[in-house]
Amino acid sequence: MSHRDYSGKIKEISGVNPYKCMKCGKCSATCPSFNEMDIKPHQFVSYVLNGDIEALAESKSLWKCLSCFACVERCPRDVKPGKLIDAARQIVVRERGGDYLSADEIPELLDEELPQQLLVSAFRRYKR
Amino acid sequence: MKYSYYPGCTLKNKAKVLDRYARSCAEVLGFELEEIENWQCCGGVYPLGNDEIATKLSSVRVLNEAKEKGQELVTVCSACHHVIKRVNDDMKNVEDIRTRANNYMSLSEPYSGETTVLHYLEVLRDKIGFDKLKEKVVNPLTGKKIGAYYGCLLLRPGSVMAFDNPENPKIMEDFIRALGAEPVVYPYRNECCGGYISLKEKEMAKSMCDTITESAKGFGADMLITACPLCMYNLNKSAKETLPVYYFTELLAEALGVKEEADEE
Repeated sequence: MSHRDYSGKIKEISGVNPYKCMKCGKCSATCPSFNEMDIKPHQFVSYVLNGDIEALAESKSLWKCLSCFACVERCPRDVKPGKLIDAARQIVVRERGGDYLSADEIPELLDEELPQQLLVSAFRRYKR
Repeated sequence: MKYSYYPGCTLKNKAKVLDRYARSCAEVLGFELEEIENWQCCGGVYPLGNDEIATKLSSVRVLNEAKEKGQELVTVCSACHHVIKRVNDDMKNVEDIRTRANNYMSLSEPYSGETTVLHYLEVLRDKIGFDKLKEKVVNPLTGKKIGAYYGCLLLRPGSVMAFDNPENPKIMEDFIRALGAEPVVYPYRNECCGGYISLKEKEMAKSMCDTITESAKGFGADMLITACPLCMYNLNKSAKETLPVYYFTELLAEALGVKEEADEE
């Protein structure tokens, strides 16, 4: 797929219209993972509009988003940056074999209190 | 009143107490939780992609079961509540998802979001009433200063969850008041604990939870309550300012005088 196609795919999966963004930066201001992200939430939109999907796909940010919906709730233009980053993550795990978590890693990540919910949630976000 | 009940995977394992106290308190308060037979795991997180159907089907199944019984569906875990409520909204309002999910399911009658999904706290607020709950309290938790930890899943997105005001909620504070304790309002009560990030990036979740517990402690809380096993886990792992964290159902059971009885079960 070309970069242009990936851009379209991200818009399709997320249902987000990036043209609505007015770059107010509220999403980045409210993001609890801001410090850990190389591409910041308010920048996602530009990467999709410019078709720079390679950078997005290789970004650490894909794996730092918590799906906490703070950016979605607080966006004054209803752009939903969290859905955009999820769509980019989906493209990576679906089409590029880029799983961020494998079952082999699980034993050493476990501890006595770890809830089942954490495992199912992480697998759903990090793996196809 | 009888409700369909969806406990979810963690309430059968690491969060057994969350489930057990919910059930025994329901008995005291005069409502029945009828567990859906053969329910499947909700998946823990709502599948955000508009083209994701298969990952939403376990929720559709449980929603349809409740519909067939003519019952409202009650959840306790924040994550299950979030996932099932959002899938229900999709089934009601998103034609593409509704059509494709129904094609998979081949039910005798298509499911279109008819079931009402209620969190246990909503049952207490909207069905029982906090005034009525207060009357049933035999061990008021007088003198306890309790910080409600909402996290993200119960509140956002507010337009779908419709649980409370997503930026200034009060349902858990009202709940705390009904139990005879004093609610402590602090700024980080609706910020994220780190969620699933704690599996691979433990330091990140720790630093988020430190901010939350420091904030709660700074405003005078002696303890926190939550409805979510993952919030509970992450908050307990927080290194700096440790505050005891309880499931809201545990304090409810204590106030209603059924905690010991439930512990013996």
